[in-house]
Amino acid sequence: MTSENVQMWTELNIDLKSHDILLNALGPAFQEIYLSQNNRPAGMGFYDFVVGDIHGIRVKELREHAKNGGKVVATYCVFVPEELVWAADAIPVGLCAGTQFSVPIAEEVLPRNTCALIKSSFGFKLGRVCPYIQASHLIVGETTCDGKKKMFEMLGQLQPVYVMEVPNKKTERSRRLWHGEVLAFKDVIEKLTGNEITAEKLGQAIDLVNRRRLALQRLYNLRKVRPVPISGKDALLATQVSFYDDAQRDTQMLNALCDELDKRVAAGEGVAPKNAPRILISGSPMAIPNWKLHHIIESAGAVVVCEESCTGTRFFSDLVKPAPQKLDKQLEAIADRYMNIHCACFTPNDERPDDVVRLAKEYQADGVIHYNLQFCHTYANEAVKMEKRLEKEGIPLLRIETDYSDEDAGQLRTRIEAFLEMIKH
Amino acid sequence: MISAGLDVGSRTIKLVTFDTVIRSSLVTETGANPLRRCLELISGINYDRMVVTGYGRHLVAPALGGKIVSEIRAFAVGARHLYPDCRTIIDIGGQDCKVILLTDDGQVQKFEMNDRCAAGTGKFLEIMADTLEVKISKLGNLALGATGTVQINSLCTVFAESEVVSLIARGEKPGGIALGLHHAIATRIATMARRTGIKEKVIFAGGGALNPCLHRLLGDKLGLELAVPVEPQTVGAFGAAILAQNFYIDIPE
Repeated sequence: MTSENVQMWTELNIDLKSHDILLNALGPAFQEIYLSQNNRPAGMGFYDFVVGDIHGIRVKELREHAKNGGKVVATYCVFVPEELVWAADAIPVGLCAGTQFSVPIAEEVLPRNTCALIKSSFGFKLGRVCPYIQASHLIVGETTCDGKKKMFEMLGQLQPVYVMEVPNKKTERSRRLWHGEVLAFKDVIEKLTGNEITAEKLGQAIDLVNRRRLALQRLYNLRKVRPVPISGKDALLATQVSFYDDAQRDTQMLNALCDELDKRVAAGEGVAPKNAPRILISGSPMAIPNWKLHHIIESAGAVVVCEESCTGTRFFSDLVKPAPQKLDKQLEAIADRYMNIHCACFTPNDERPDDVVRLAKEYQADGVIHYNLQFCHTYANEAVKMEKRLEKEGIPLLRIETDYSDEDAGQLRTRIEAFLEMIKH
Repeated sequence: MISAGLDVGSRTIKLVTFDTVIRSSLVTETGANPLRRCLELISGINYDRMVVTGYGRHLVAPALGGKIVSEIRAFAVGARHLYPDCRTIIDIGGQDCKVILLTDDGQVQKFEMNDRCAAGTGKFLEIMADTLEVKISKLGNLALGATGTVQINSLCTVFAESEVVSLIARGEKPGGIALGLHHAIATRIATMARRTGIKEKVIFAGGGALNPCLHRLLGDKLGLELAVPVEPQTVGAFGAAILAQNFYIDIPE
């Protein structure tokens, strides 16, 4: 830890003692889970570097931006239209909410039977252990679940929070509500930054984010190949980092990684043994540094080839459709794109099982693991429908409900190993 | 060729050796050092190759030079060998319970298993037996001898223990409380079994199958006969021994 970083964290009012414990735990975990993998693409070096300095260089960039009068907007969810943030010369940053470390801190305030993602994100703020939250001028929440909705009220007592209302149905009335929310968000961002969002600026921002989406699509398309050229863990990390890295640099890095993977594919070179079972994960998001399920699956000899989740396909599979350089048309295109995310917060949400069946075929998956965070009622309930649907399609499914702690690692390992044996025989 | 199956469970370790018949079948407590217990258990036992299963399989197998299979596969193979017409296995072990559905030709088709929670496991009954001051081996008979039952509302091991304590304080008889506890567990496992899609013939295995009250209540709630092997605890170890005997080369290192 450089003294420069310590100085910066002090200025950000980080609880240094607690923060040290967090960072000191991350290093060995990353070593065990990531660096010990065989046959990794050289392009992952960038992501290793990012994790190695996870609260350093990127935070410094955000601080520089702020010192020059720019704003930083923190988000938790793929529903928040980041194009509007970029278009106002602000920087959006997807916050981490993926570690057990901040859960006990949050439990001093939040009910225990709240999902780990909500507790982890709240604990980061309450415990002052995340420089990204500390460096942000506004946190943007959304109403994708009741637990988050109420948590944002409490978070708002600690730092400015704005909540977007995501509708629960996919009707025309809901669509209009969401359009109104996108317009209101534009005003909020303009007011925060003092910058007008022009059609030209917004056009550039749409292009910026679409290009990153295309790069992620390219990465995921490479995972469809048999043998798969990259581990699920590495692909997940690249996706997770995309939530908070600079979009332009991230696009370059992703494309460089894909160039390398193209060569692997051309040479027929895979990252796992040829007969390794291919697993599609579907369900709750895996915020950085939540690598728990991928690690158990890949340690058991399988390979994760796709994530149907908000830290997977739902993040990038749709682009904002090209619109003429007119603000109202652009805003409509943005609203429509985000409204089409098949999140379990909608009722009904029958497109999601369709997606999973389609993805399982495209990615040549041998089985699907449905993953939901404990106390996440929307995904837990959708798992029931998913199970019936996949049974009809003849696709093996394992349902896992867990959180960020390691106390159930033994049971998970047993169930996953049994599932893999079942697929193979 | 003698094969060995070792099932390193959370509460007990089971060892079965087999060639064309079962040569030995042993059960011991797991304790705090399962590897040492395993070494004690296999000392003086002859075998050519070994398959390890159970909660401690990854700890023990590398040290003993065995291959690894999951409990689910081990129980499936073991139960099917004992009962060639078996389609469902209900296993109540020390810290987990599972229901395994087999295809017509004996492959694992589907399974359900409790997650981290001890509700419905042997550990649950063990803690309740302690609270009622009876031996775990006598708990089932205590319940069967009860003249009336009480409703137990909680299945969480921690909450159920407090509930039992308050029932004792209210003057309820231990037999009635024990019967209530068995009802609670049997209901939960029957739900899990129905969710898995139970098919006959059903084998009841694991340490939980040694409990006559659980056997009867579970059968009543499911409305069918459950077959209990002579040694229900060693079905997994037996399955591992069969796998070591017949499918050793198919098991990945």
